[in-house]
Amino acid sequence: MGMTFVEKIFAKYSSVEKVVTGQIVTVKPDHLLTHDNTAAIIQKIQPELKKYGVYDPLLSVIVLDHVIPAASEKTATNHKLIREFVKKHKIKHFFDVGCGVCHQIVVEKGLALPGKLLLGSDSHTCSYGAIGAFSSGIDRTEAASLMLTGETWLKVPNSIKMILRGKLQPGVSAKDVVLHIIDDISASGANYCSVEFHGDLDQFSVEERFTIANMGVEMGAKNAFFPADNVTTKFLKSIGIPASQYTAINPDNDASYSQELTYNLLEITPVVACPHSVDNVKKVTELEGLKIQQCLIGTCTNGRLSDFQIAARILKGKKVHSDVRLLILPSSRQVYMDALNEGVIDIFVEAGGVVLPPGCGPCLGAHQGALAPGERCLSTANRNFKGRMGCKEAEIYLASPATVAVSAVLGKISDPRKVMK
Amino acid sequence: MKIWRYEKDNIDTDMLFPGKYIYTCSTAEEIRPHLLEDLDSSFANNVKKGDIIFAGKNFGCGSSREQPVVGLKAVGVAAVVAESFARIFYRASINQGLLLIECPDAVKSYSVGDEVSVDIENGKITVGQKSFSFPKLPKEILAICDAGGLLPYTRKKLEKR
Repeated sequence: MGMTFVEKIFAKYSSVEKVVTGQIVTVKPDHLLTHDNTAAIIQKIQPELKKYGVYDPLLSVIVLDHVIPAASEKTATNHKLIREFVKKHKIKHFFDVGCGVCHQIVVEKGLALPGKLLLGSDSHTCSYGAIGAFSSGIDRTEAASLMLTGETWLKVPNSIKMILRGKLQPGVSAKDVVLHIIDDISASGANYCSVEFHGDLDQFSVEERFTIANMGVEMGAKNAFFPADNVTTKFLKSIGIPASQYTAINPDNDASYSQELTYNLLEITPVVACPHSVDNVKKVTELEGLKIQQCLIGTCTNGRLSDFQIAARILKGKKVHSDVRLLILPSSRQVYMDALNEGVIDIFVEAGGVVLPPGCGPCLGAHQGALAPGERCLSTANRNFKGRMGCKEAEIYLASPATVAVSAVLGKISDPRKVMK
Repeated sequence: MKIWRYEKDNIDTDMLFPGKYIYTCSTAEEIRPHLLEDLDSSFANNVKKGDIIFAGKNFGCGSSREQPVVGLKAVGVAAVVAESFARIFYRASINQGLLLIECPDAVKSYSVGDEVSVDIENGKITVGQKSFSFPKLPKEILAICDAGGLLPYTRKKLEKR
């Protein structure tokens, strides 16, 4: 019997030949991601840090992204504490305010590679499955422990095989695919499981795979994985990483899965996740005409150049509806610069959009673009929980960049296929 | 001892502790007033040591923030009983030493006024007249709980090195 991806990588990282579902293994991850929460993490272990130091200054990847630039004395002090910690302990992989959202940085800087294992104190750490890595979210306390010891336990999960067949129609994107899947299996449908994507994957770029893997946690998954293939190799080469620098781990053809699900991509249409749960998914045609007051294009889910290019094609020469605020949130400085060079930012600004600094911005409701009671926001982010954007009497709808761009112009939820033939 | 019953599924981390506070509130004292704020505004002021929460499927889904777990532990919640839990929340609870009981039958059996008792040693929960068993944690995980949570466990490990 062959092995799934997660069985193979857990066996490798625990130095055994084989593992079985339910087994507890001890692993040493290649990287530990933390962000603004690093301040709270290091405060838990001050005496231990003083006595033992960090396990390895190369382990941590620290990105300031959640509340940037600092919104208050308290958040500024957190950032300062983190900078001091980074200097004192010679943390190599530190990215200060303005670099981008942590998950985008990890992939863009080549810190996640095929066959690597990463953990992070952020639920969307599952994103790096886009590149053929194992990655999963943990809490702050566990991140603190990892900083000191470099190791933790993981339970070998069941694996779900999701086979994507056929080709997407114009106006339909990776975001619609992942929302369609979450609608099908529910917000807990993949709880504790490793999700593997198979099938006609050539059509999905690393950026699109990122969108899908990013939302793995929204179906409850431990990790979401795309096998490393030519698309992966080409992407890594484009950021200066030759194939000699990593060894991909891909599942065996005869691996055993707890569930196999096949999706016909041709049948998928633009969809919207309605308040207040990501699995409350409806076809865009059922919601057409619903008025919105804010639109957000960006975040770690859909804030990359290809997302912006799609939105810019729709917004070019047009104005955002007078009742709508359009917020643009690049996922990194690199994306921001690329979008500037391509003239994409000009289009957004001319249309009336507000460009926010590369970071998490309004996605978590801590600052920038909070909502008022009774308002509706259509967003390309990954969560629409009640209160997520700072107000529990507001509503958040999730959709693709194309759907959000068209809707921003018309002032109401609209079908992108009308303009994308 | 009071039972706090929340029937809906997918009670997420924003309902348990809103995102707008996560970078300004980290200690138990800072967390407490906002605990379950967007789910049940009466909870924070009225919860008492030994209380138990009953919930549906996928409790604690969403963010990796640990404030809900730290807060529930600090106010003395004896256990959260749910049909299922989200994985990061589950892991965070092990790390803080908060007892989670995944037992759909116990949740379905509960009706208002039922007496509830938990026998951790034997993995048994009694709701009204009925008893249900829940699976024990693997020994590697129990070691973390027995140490009083992950940080005490890690401290011991470091001392032995």
